[in-house]
Amino acid sequence: MAMTTLVLGLVLGGTYALLALGLTLQYGIARIMNLAYGEVTLLAAFVLVFLFQSAGLSPLISILLIGPAGYLMGSLLYAVMMRPLVQRAEGKTGKLEVDSILATFGLLFVLQGIMLVLFGANFTSISYLDQGVDVFGVSVALNRLIAFAICLVAGLSLVVLLARSRWGLILRAVALTPGSAPLVGIDVNKVSRQGFALGTALASIGGASVAMYQTFSANDGVVFTMKALIIVIMGGVGNVVGALAAGFALGLVETFVATMFDPGLTLAATFSIFLIVLIWRPQGLFGRRS
Amino acid sequence: MIRPAFALLALAVLAIVPLFVSDYELGLMIGMATYVALASAWALFSGHTNYISLATVAFYGTGAYTVAVLNESLPYPVVILCAGLIGAAMALLVGLSTLRLSGIYFVIFTFGLAELVRQLITWYEVTITGTLGRYIFLDLTARDIYWQMLALVAIAIGLTAWINRSRLGLALRAIGDDEVVAAHSGIPLARTKLFAFTLSATLITLVGAVASPRWVYVEPLIVFNPTVSFLTVIMALLGGANRLWGPLVGAIPLFLLFEWLSVNFPDTYPIFLGLMFIAVVFVLPNGILAGLDNLRASLKRSKS
Repeated sequence: MAMTTLVLGLVLGGTYALLALGLTLQYGIARIMNLAYGEVTLLAAFVLVFLFQSAGLSPLISILLIGPAGYLMGSLLYAVMMRPLVQRAEGKTGKLEVDSILATFGLLFVLQGIMLVLFGANFTSISYLDQGVDVFGVSVALNRLIAFAICLVAGLSLVVLLARSRWGLILRAVALTPGSAPLVGIDVNKVSRQGFALGTALASIGGASVAMYQTFSANDGVVFTMKALIIVIMGGVGNVVGALAAGFALGLVETFVATMFDPGLTLAATFSIFLIVLIWRPQGLFGRRS
Repeated sequence: MIRPAFALLALAVLAIVPLFVSDYELGLMIGMATYVALASAWALFSGHTNYISLATVAFYGTGAYTVAVLNESLPYPVVILCAGLIGAAMALLVGLSTLRLSGIYFVIFTFGLAELVRQLITWYEVTITGTLGRYIFLDLTARDIYWQMLALVAIAIGLTAWINRSRLGLALRAIGDDEVVAAHSGIPLARTKLFAFTLSATLITLVGAVASPRWVYVEPLIVFNPTVSFLTVIMALLGGANRLWGPLVGAIPLFLLFEWLSVNFPDTYPIFLGLMFIAVVFVLPNGILAGLDNLRASLKRSKS
């Protein structure tokens, strides 16, 4: 029983970690608190199901298309919608936070409405590679393992790029000190757009991998956003390693609550953790005191 | 003192109107009064402090659900009192745990609160009581509900007017301008925010309780509809959340538009609403009333 919880929890945590990684990039680099993040995730999930059911496209190929498509969409969204807000907030502290929350709150309803019109309010799922595989004595569906592997590859390659490459250095510079980054010749606007687009791409990959093994509906976006936000705060805002660790932790806790108590209480458990972390360490488990 | 007299006269007229209108028009008036009360109560806390609460429906739904659970066992005034107390207790709990932290945590927590309350009630009803829906049988006419709602509107706007002139209003404005400065000038931040938030949330809970008999059948999915939170915020912002009459000015046209959209475009109206919300944030960040003031000022300048 303990082993089952551990393996299933880690697999679920992988998806959460990837989702949180995208959100923490958007907030850390572009300084935009995106309440429509879960809707972007769901949109990617629906696209994967649509491609699978109508075109018979393998989910593994779809993901290779959905990731870059998410990047383009995020880049466009930033240029059209977020950039004017950033310009308007110039110099006023807290203004961008409030404005971006309100604007993405509106975006949430637009995306949800579009999905309801296109795909309806029903629960959707696909059966893809639905056979059990033995992992440390626990039977796990193959589709879950593949989704886990995708999240792991996407997440870890990003972490390595951020830590090692010159491009990652620039992203980190903007996240740390957006004020002085232009002094060394960094185009903050361009980097913010890249950060936001990268976050959207991760949300899309996360959503597409969710669609491989989980049932979902057009109304689930709030829950995804909520979980990603909680993980980001738990890990310390803008902290990539923290987001990964907190994502796995939340996956474990949820699986534990769902198997030991009741699946209806997972969100309550998530919220409890959120409150405990906030009161105990407002800067996040891995964050530094500012 | 002309303005309070004028407001009282308008209130009296609004109280008499339902004696002369059709059932359909009365229904519209109840809806309008409901949203004016919600938007005004919301702005009572969020208008000056800039703490955006996205949890309106968490309190509104709790009020409605309290009535659904207690309506057969207690007399109506006691049921309403219970709803108010439960709302206040919930607001204290939420406020105590989030309001001492940075504003962003408050937004995030309230964002998910409705979903949390809905799931908890659903879980409780399914596993403990074994039923999901409940019925509300109360001997109240539509007119009674309208009058009660109108009273809530008067209380919400009256309270806001009083707070705006009192030390509390000054403190809330200072917090909205700059929290650090407010703290240094000796304002007890946590207590001030907690008091205003609890007041606002209790009013919202009462609105839900008063509105609930209109439904007859109640279940979590119906009363915790996130559109209510969304509409409340957009209405208050459209009119101008930091002005006394702003929420009213925003709520009435938007409610009528919402009714028209939901009848004519039942499938696509969330998209319209979302786009409108974005438009409000971009074009009228301070609301219609501030926009009108700017327009008047620029007209005056061009004349002279």
